[in-house]
Amino acid sequence: MTTRPDAPLDAPLDAPLDAPLDAPVDLDAPATDEAPAARVRLAAEGVRLGYGARTIVEDLDLEILHGTVTAVIGPNGCGKSTLLRALGRLLAPTAGHVLLDGRRIDRTPTKEVATVLGLLPQAPTAPEGLTVGDLVARGRHPHQAWYRQWSGDDEAAVAEALAWTGIADLAERPLDELSGGQRQRAWISMALAQGTELLLLDEPTTFLDLSHQVEVLELVDRLHSERGRTVVMVLHDLNLAARYADRLVAMKDGRIMAQGAPADVLTEPLLREVFGLEAKVVPDPVAGTPMVVPIGTARASRP
Amino acid sequence: MTSTLVPGRTPLRRGPFSGVWRPRNVTVLVAAAVVLVLALAVNIGRGEFPISIPEVLAVLVGGGDAGQQFIVLELRLPRSLTGALVGGALAVSGAIMQSIARNPLASPDIIGITWGASAAAVTLIVLGGSGLVGGLAAVGLPIAALVGGLVTAVLIYTLAWRKGIQGFRLVLVGIGVNAMLAALVNWLLIIAQVYEAARAQVWLNGSLNARGWEHVVPVGIALLVLVPAALVLAFVMGALQYGDDTAKGLGVRVNTARSLLLLVAVGLAAVATAGAGPITFVALVAPQIAQRLVGSSRPPIGASLLVGAALTVVSDIIARTAFGSVELPVGVVTAVLGAPYLLYLLIRQGREARA
Repeated sequence: MTTRPDAPLDAPLDAPLDAPLDAPVDLDAPATDEAPAARVRLAAEGVRLGYGARTIVEDLDLEILHGTVTAVIGPNGCGKSTLLRALGRLLAPTAGHVLLDGRRIDRTPTKEVATVLGLLPQAPTAPEGLTVGDLVARGRHPHQAWYRQWSGDDEAAVAEALAWTGIADLAERPLDELSGGQRQRAWISMALAQGTELLLLDEPTTFLDLSHQVEVLELVDRLHSERGRTVVMVLHDLNLAARYADRLVAMKDGRIMAQGAPADVLTEPLLREVFGLEAKVVPDPVAGTPMVVPIGTARASRP
Repeated sequence: MTSTLVPGRTPLRRGPFSGVWRPRNVTVLVAAAVVLVLALAVNIGRGEFPISIPEVLAVLVGGGDAGQQFIVLELRLPRSLTGALVGGALAVSGAIMQSIARNPLASPDIIGITWGASAAAVTLIVLGGSGLVGGLAAVGLPIAALVGGLVTAVLIYTLAWRKGIQGFRLVLVGIGVNAMLAALVNWLLIIAQVYEAARAQVWLNGSLNARGWEHVVPVGIALLVLVPAALVLAFVMGALQYGDDTAKGLGVRVNTARSLLLLVAVGLAAVATAGAGPITFVALVAPQIAQRLVGSSRPPIGASLLVGAALTVVSDIIARTAFGSVELPVGVVTAVLGAPYLLYLLIRQGREARA
């Protein structure tokens, strides 16, 4: 086994595996002295999104900076998944544009996009009987061709992605035999093997119990801190969002109501406005990030 | 050759080419090829002048006496070869459609593609009359069948489209279209002259009777063109197996890929139908057998081809021998073998739909 634990998986295209983590991917962008962290990787400019005649998001602007973990929060039906689908070019805006590294994403060949931007749909489906190894290997699709389906680079990237997510020993097991948490780790492993600097995750913790939710989000956190990935995810749980994201985007009725650091966004007035929820916001005793404690009416102890 | 880093995915590499070494796949391919050759030899050997299997094999590699050569090469080989090619084409068509729709029921004989091809061909037989024989029929029938199959496919695809294609809706729409086409064919048979109706009826049962080289050639050419195309497209098919969102995320142009694959599948099914009539259930069953033999998560193209060919030739042997001097059309035998499997699939899918 020749695993190279410090080889980044986010090397663009066929660049050597030991290329520096912050290697610029966008060949068109002029070289600047600007710190990479300030670079806008993904942007929505005045996008209108909807299905058929129904408009869900109107005239929305958003910028995702390099090296950030952004969580999009909001009540059901606020358009957060729709926004994520548009950022991942799964849904074409009826007005406005989505820009990936300054280039219109709909004018960039989709296979090229797939080497920079990976995405994990909500509740993804895989064919029956597929093994974990074959699933994770599918992440290499954008780097392959019909005659080149298992190159040395593919193999190294998949082996490392499996090891990194702790499922190397499950490689030959059928996906449908795994627990929900293991299965989600396999999907994240696939996204990792794809080797993209940007990752879009649509509710990666749905259908998981709390311990597995934390496990998956710890993995996302490591993707960011150890692998330098830029992550945008839709999350339901506000406390976990505040804990694991360094930027929150709060949406309501297709509009962004607030965005910024969790402490600035997750405030009592905002919860009232966006979620219609009366709640206290206290510091999370573990991480110090804001923690939402709903007030409700039942069982409130009177001091 | 380096050691395997990912269990179950041993690399196979030469120059710019690379893939995963799957020994079970190769075993199945070899075994199916052996069964196919033996079945061909048995089928060719049978008849008014029986020829032993070793003698048949000797003739096929250039030996035997002049009489045996004539009987084997001119009279019997074309029939068996048509069966093998048609069976292979149907099976590959089925493998592709089942993969695209992510549903084993979405094979061309269930969702109306082969009936679309048949309706066009029967129209030609009935309305073209007896003037349409020999060369014109040999050219006209495949083209009519191809057009019929394509029109049907576009119709089904359009009707089933709703922000994408869902396997189950495709199947349901296909079954509906299938019933309409069957009614159309029946109507054509009623208004037809007796002689043409009889000719169409034999053809509709899926018959290999009196098949000559003129039937082998078009199917052979279609296979030579479309099977390599299918093998190249199989790479994309692997990604289409996932949901559309995942496939798009992997950089697959989903609608383009699916349309191309559908075109290849319809082409294969239509040419096969033109060659030997709508031989039922081969396209449904063969890819599923191949998938289970190989142990893969979708029907494999190569193994489906050989299993379909072998299945059809074996069915032809049964059709010719099981009932003494009465020779059945091969389609009757494949229907008898395939119908129970269809029932099994329907019951299983019904359970899944409820679950």
